[in-house]
Amino acid sequence: MLLLECPYCGVKADETELTPGGEAHLKRFGPGSTDEAFEEYLFLRPNPKGVHFERWRHAHGCGKWFLAARDTATLEVFGTYTAQTTEPPEHIIDAIRAKRPDWSQA
Amino acid sequence: MSTRLSTGGRLIDRSRQLTFTFNGKSFKGVEGDTLASALLANSQTIMGRSFKYHRPRGVMTSGAEEPNALMGLGKGAKFEPNQRATTTELFDGLTAESQNHWPSLDWDIGEVNAALSRFLPAGFYYKTFIHPRPFWKHVFEPVIRQSAGLGKVPKERDADRYEHFYAHVDVVIAGGGIAGLQSALEAGRAGARVLLCEQTPHFGGRAPVDGVSIDGKPAEDWVAATLSELEGMDNVHIRPRTMVAGVYDHGYVIAYERVADHTPEADAPRHRLWRIRTKQVISATGALERPLSFPGNDKPGVMLASAMRDYIVNWGVSAGDRTVVVTNNDDAYRTAIAIKQAGLDVPCIVDARPEANGALPDQARALGIEVKTGMGIAGVKGLRGVVAVKLCRQAGEGAVVEEVVCDAVAMSGGWSPVVHLWSHCGGKLNWDEAGAFFRPDHARPPTSHDGAGFVTCVGSSDGALYAAEVLPNTSAATRGMLGQIGKTAADAPVVQADAPDEAPLAPIWMMPQGAGPKKRAKMWLDFQNDVKVSDVQLAAREGYESVEHTKRYTTLGMATDQGKLSNINGLAILAGELNAAIPQVGTTTFRPPYTPISMGAIAGEARGDVFQPLRRTPMQDWHEANGAHWEPVGQWRRPYCFPRDGESHRQAVNREITATRNSLGLLDASTLGKIIVKGPDAGRFMDMLYTNMMSTLKPGKCRYGLMCSENGFLMDDGVVARLDEDTFLCHTTTGGTESIHAHMEDWLQCEWWDWKVYTANVTEQWAQVAVVGPNARKVLQKLGGDIDLSKDALPFMAWAEGKLGAFDARVFRISFSGELSFEVAVPASQGRALWEALLDAGAEFDATPYGTEALHVMRAEKGFIMIGDETDGTVIPQDLGLDWAISKKKDDFLGKRGQQRSHMTDPARWKLVGLETLDGSVLPDGSYAMAEGENANGQGNTQGRVTSTYYSPTLDKGIAMGLVLNGPDRMGEVLEFNTTGDRTVKARIVSPVFYDPEGEKQNV
Ligand SMILES: [Zn+2]
Repeated sequence: MLLLECPYCGVKADETELTPGGEAHLKRFGPGSTDEAFEEYLFLRPNPKGVHFERWRHAHGCGKWFLAARDTATLEVFGTYTAQTTEPPEHIIDAIRAKRPDWSQA
Repeated sequence: MSTRLSTGGRLIDRSRQLTFTFNGKSFKGVEGDTLASALLANSQTIMGRSFKYHRPRGVMTSGAEEPNALMGLGKGAKFEPNQRATTTELFDGLTAESQNHWPSLDWDIGEVNAALSRFLPAGFYYKTFIHPRPFWKHVFEPVIRQSAGLGKVPKERDADRYEHFYAHVDVVIAGGGIAGLQSALEAGRAGARVLLCEQTPHFGGRAPVDGVSIDGKPAEDWVAATLSELEGMDNVHIRPRTMVAGVYDHGYVIAYERVADHTPEADAPRHRLWRIRTKQVISATGALERPLSFPGNDKPGVMLASAMRDYIVNWGVSAGDRTVVVTNNDDAYRTAIAIKQAGLDVPCIVDARPEANGALPDQARALGIEVKTGMGIAGVKGLRGVVAVKLCRQAGEGAVVEEVVCDAVAMSGGWSPVVHLWSHCGGKLNWDEAGAFFRPDHARPPTSHDGAGFVTCVGSSDGALYAAEVLPNTSAATRGMLGQIGKTAADAPVVQADAPDEAPLAPIWMMPQGAGPKKRAKMWLDFQNDVKVSDVQLAAREGYESVEHTKRYTTLGMATDQGKLSNINGLAILAGELNAAIPQVGTTTFRPPYTPISMGAIAGEARGDVFQPLRRTPMQDWHEANGAHWEPVGQWRRPYCFPRDGESHRQAVNREITATRNSLGLLDASTLGKIIVKGPDAGRFMDMLYTNMMSTLKPGKCRYGLMCSENGFLMDDGVVARLDEDTFLCHTTTGGTESIHAHMEDWLQCEWWDWKVYTANVTEQWAQVAVVGPNARKVLQKLGGDIDLSKDALPFMAWAEGKLGAFDARVFRISFSGELSFEVAVPASQGRALWEALLDAGAEFDATPYGTEALHVMRAEKGFIMIGDETDGTVIPQDLGLDWAISKKKDDFLGKRGQQRSHMTDPARWKLVGLETLDGSVLPDGSYAMAEGENANGQGNTQGRVTSTYYSPTLDKGIAMGLVLNGPDRMGEVLEFNTTGDRTVKARIVSPVFYDPEGEKQNV
């Protein structure tokens, strides 16, 4: 049962307080996009074993969506950060590199 | 014959006699007994029967690992099956029954299974399923069904109560033996918040039984002193009868407290589930003794050596008068010594090792006990007990050297550290060659959110099996753990324990070493599931090389004891058969809970009325007082109908519809979702959320709107009212409110976070009443107020705000029934008063409260769709003829791109139509329109399905809506629909609008 710190209210939230939202940093494709781009946006997820950026909502808390960088195999959490960003912030990347020197951003 | 000794028993109080029954017979025990010790004291050695062969079984252990002595406890609403006699504290009036026997424990017809045992080998179930089915159905299945199964299922509702506790601590310590106590002392002195859990009622573990001395004092004294120091610490919480059941991600721990099992009349919950967040877990869970695999090792009277010692020292109970001890290690000599010191006979100690010259063997010899080294047991004589053992050379094939008369056998195959809690979250193990057991690999601990280990094994759980090692190991490991959580260990010397040195064991996995097939078929590994050495060897020969596969094929370790006794022995046999080293074969996965926990504890308080919170509208009390028949809708309960005396639900629904259509109906619509969308960019946001154009809606007006997912599928619908230039009120379905609000927030926070919009779910702020029917305007006008309700001032799809009588009201002219209809919203606090005012004012119009079923029928009569009936997550608005509600002007909205996919734009889709049976009957719900031919699976093809179907009292016939292939192009065509029987029903495709197709009634 995961424990993730909500970057908005600072609560160390139990998994039961949270709802998951799948992969983070997806770029939305709308009308005018190709079938391939739309398919990738809607359905294709790499589901890596290891470092993963993902969406969580502090649903039974402050209600805010936030993002987490987490190892899907060991469940180590590298950090959580606000959802208002299109890519992981520098301090999160640094935290991952410190723990996973071999990791490279896809 | 087992019996109570005249002296001894450190845990019992002989002055306090207790009465209990076993299989209907009355017995006496004493305070402090377990059910197992009390039964042994009464010479009741047979306590149950095995699962497959129904072999008579006695108690094998004295603790949580017990595979045999499983009981049904209590009666009626307090009955609980599969309880271990060894962990059941005796109380006055306890009732127990043995399991798995028919007709009686002593004479069991299922024993015939044992005679058939060569027909029931490993994988028997699988093999039988593969063979011709009739053989299974007529021969095996009836026999198995009669005789299989453990305890009976309770028949009554559980009369006990249960609760959950939540705790946040620095350290959870599992186990209150000397390691757990020492660890608690270290952590407590360092100022950590500690929760110390011990599964039994007693602290100290094995040390007091084994005669260990600590700090120069008897272990018992040290335990008492330590407990008293711990009890004085505010930061240490001590919990007996509490088992740490499981360790989960990020320091989540479940513990199971048996609060009142031993005091069933107490005013207390029976069990308590502790839900704990901890920084660190200390596993001080000790070790479990292993059986030895010799022929007949499952007979009543054969017991683990440590258990026999426990019964003598703790409860003053002997397992027999003449006990043979069989071992591969020094520890079992303690049992021989304890038996001898209790004044009973030990004809010999059978030691499989070539020599035994340590301090304990010497002490045994000094007491006059003969030690036979290099020997093993070739067989146990006796049917329902032990009368003699046959001895043989361990190195040979089992030729009998001599027979020794005895009535009990104490066996010890060495010890395995209890590493369950280490393993639950992925801690890895190493094979310890010298000790022949798996121990925690400190380099590969289970890791937490920070990537660091969060479980530490101490003492025997860490593989430090000898008393002298336990305390130094515990102190060092605990101090290391304290550093990890920023605490500093107190400056105290490490306490020393003293016990005789022990020589290493010899790994003996089969006794005798060269036993042939007949003997191997009598060596039990898993006692509860009847898995023998021969079964595991057969599985290996049949290609089951993975331990996980072998486990499932043979059911080794799959019983309620989860392989606590059989795991390592079975693994070693498998490894031997595969010619592989034990660590190469690996071990099965340890999963929580450590021992079974009750379903009641898992449910906790969440049952009956408090199973989940109930949401109530302001009018709920009135509905209750007026006989509403309820329908659950999410966490709400809505009136389905209001039956009057003698009315069926069907009759009530029909009456409500007729009264509404003819005069006046009232619906409590308060549960309808109400979400405010507000801000300078609200219009822009609404245009993305809804398929139609919402930004052009004028304040004071309403518009019906559809919401789709990015996939394009319809997910919710409802009427939007524009409150002012930058404020919209979105009505959603009752069940969809929370998810739609979450959906809005998702897009606002994660995609369009720079848009100036705010949302709020105000559903419960408002009470809402639908005032419906030809007299709807009249009744509202009777209430008075300052809102002009005339057709011109408040036309269809407009809304107004003001006073309605004394109420602060918003009146929406919207209709879900096709009648003249006003939905009146007032602050929730005024809801009940409004409802009653409408009933009073409406009395002259026969104002009739109606429920959800009338609502559903009336909307179906009008051809209005219902989310969840006409939609199922695969339906797009275009399928439902709702193209008019999809904007062509907007560049983008959620779902637009999805709806452009080829499958969505395919003209050949199932689309909404009305369906009318030729005979006027009501089509069965969910039935399919049949088509020619069959699909690839040999199933009949279909061309449509029914989505809503009702009897319409207005039209006095069955009406239905459905999705049919190219439906709207096939008006008038007759289709055949299936039923659950052979019968089919013919129905004609018609317009889905059955009632008032011109919409004249709602627009007056
Ligand atoms: Zn929060």
